[in-house]
Amino acid sequence: MAATSPAIQLEHVTKRYGNVVALDDLSLSVQEGVFGFLGPNGAGKTTAVKILLGLTRATRGSGSLAGAPFGSKASLGHIGYLPELFRYQSWLTAREVLALHCELARIDHAKWTTEIDRTLGTVGLADRGTSRVGTFSKGMQQRLGLGVALLDDPAVVLLDEPTSALDPVGRHDVREIIRALRQRGTVVFLNSHLLSEVEQVCDGVAIVDRGKVIAQGKLDELLGTSSVLVRASGLSREGRAAIARFGELDDGADGAITVRGIDRERIPDLVSAIVGAGARVYAVEPQHETLEERFLRLLGQ
Amino acid sequence: MTPAIVVARQVVREAARRRLLLALILLTIVVIALTVWGVSRIDDLRNAGQPLPDPQKKTIVSQLLILVMFMFSWVLSLAAVFIAAPAISGELESGIALALLARPMSRAEYVAGKWLGLVALVIAYGVTAAIIELVAVQIVSGYLPPHPVEFLGFVIGEGVVILTFALMLSTRLAGMVGGVIAAILFGIAWMGGIVGGVGAAFNNATITHVATATKLILPTDGLWRGAVWSLEPSLVIAAQSGLGPAVAANPFFAAEPPPAAYVVWAVMWIVAMLALAVWSFRSREV
Repeated sequence: MAATSPAIQLEHVTKRYGNVVALDDLSLSVQEGVFGFLGPNGAGKTTAVKILLGLTRATRGSGSLAGAPFGSKASLGHIGYLPELFRYQSWLTAREVLALHCELARIDHAKWTTEIDRTLGTVGLADRGTSRVGTFSKGMQQRLGLGVALLDDPAVVLLDEPTSALDPVGRHDVREIIRALRQRGTVVFLNSHLLSEVEQVCDGVAIVDRGKVIAQGKLDELLGTSSVLVRASGLSREGRAAIARFGELDDGADGAITVRGIDRERIPDLVSAIVGAGARVYAVEPQHETLEERFLRLLGQ
Repeated sequence: MTPAIVVARQVVREAARRRLLLALILLTIVVIALTVWGVSRIDDLRNAGQPLPDPQKKTIVSQLLILVMFMFSWVLSLAAVFIAAPAISGELESGIALALLARPMSRAEYVAGKWLGLVALVIAYGVTAAIIELVAVQIVSGYLPPHPVEFLGFVIGEGVVILTFALMLSTRLAGMVGGVIAAILFGIAWMGGIVGGVGAAFNNATITHVATATKLILPTDGLWRGAVWSLEPSLVIAAQSGLGPAVAANPFFAAEPPPAAYVVWAVMWIVAMLALAVWSFRSREV
């Protein structure tokens, strides 16, 4: 893959099912790292991934995956995919499922055993390799699915709700796996509606709702608007008015005031203004908006 | 190995692991044991205290064999429908197909692989069961039908026709729906063969044309007639043919094999149906 070509690119992709618009002129580009594709259920996240993989055709638009036009055979050679609806052949053992995918992914036969052992170890199924998939719990099947997606160190990994069936330990494991992938230079496209998950591992994020991207960017840029919690006594009405110039005020139950939408660089000025108004400052705590707050605010708009 | 072969191997493996092959083998052994027992009793039959003359015994064995083989062909065809109808739709519904189709494998390779695997199953079961049955009957009665190889060809052809049709339906319809449609059409084609015989007997052109159409639309019964013909000793053909044109309606009798052109038609039909399946699945969104 050329360094200049993005790992994942969608250009003005529209997808209609009859009158229903699943994706509306979606454009995005992922060069590196872990990209979170966030949105409520039915926002079009899975449709976007399926279009990238050629499982579904775009009504309009173009793009690429792993350096080749999306949906092409060439684009599928170096990718890993964990579907949202994951099910694997119940009549096979975990090792056999992985071997089947090794074969379909055209991995050199000599590498299969090492590759399967490594993958089973990574997803925590090392001791269940010879068990039939039919005996697996949903969480174990999801781990197996993640293993299938990780075979042969793909350049791009697309994970569609990878932790939906996992318990907290499983979720933690998946986060660790994603972090390890990022360190190895793998590009990860993570579909999720679990905001905390995305917040913990993603570098870039796009928030999608009803088929449209409503916000996109680096996570810290997207969450850049911070707020500050101020605890002060003796604040006069004029003092409050002075603070209100810095942002929207929100009174907490314990007397603390949250100033929302203030730029980080202006926090010292805010403190001077409060002191200048004759109040006594006990605490100034800069607060990042959580992804959840930002998400809900965007969806509300 | 090409992706189609990988997929085909999975079809066979699934049938083996899900104990489908085991069930078929056990039931077939039961049927074969019953036939062998039945055939062995023919020697004990008496007509006015006298054992039956050889030609009569031969006729009875051949008719019994045709009935048993009809059951075989029926089991083979319907089993093919049951396995082929959910072969693709089932994997789409469960989600198994999603991870597979995201590999560098074309839709055509996936469909071809499913078809190859199913054909391998039909051939494996058809050939094994028929050979065991024919050999067992020959050991017990000394009777071997005149065209055993042709018989295998026709019966397997019938199975492949119906499985290809069910597989094509599977690219669009749920297994249950495709299976019911294929089974009903299989029955209609069989009825069409009988109706065509009636039309021939009464010189009714309309009925004959309708029957010919069913024979062309789904060439299962046409091939079955070839299988029946392969099992008939010449004395049965001579005796039945003497009964007049109405015997053409008998689904267990054929005075002559299907013409070569019909066999060519059946092969072309299979190829065209497979092409239709590929085209249909290519345009399917999963």
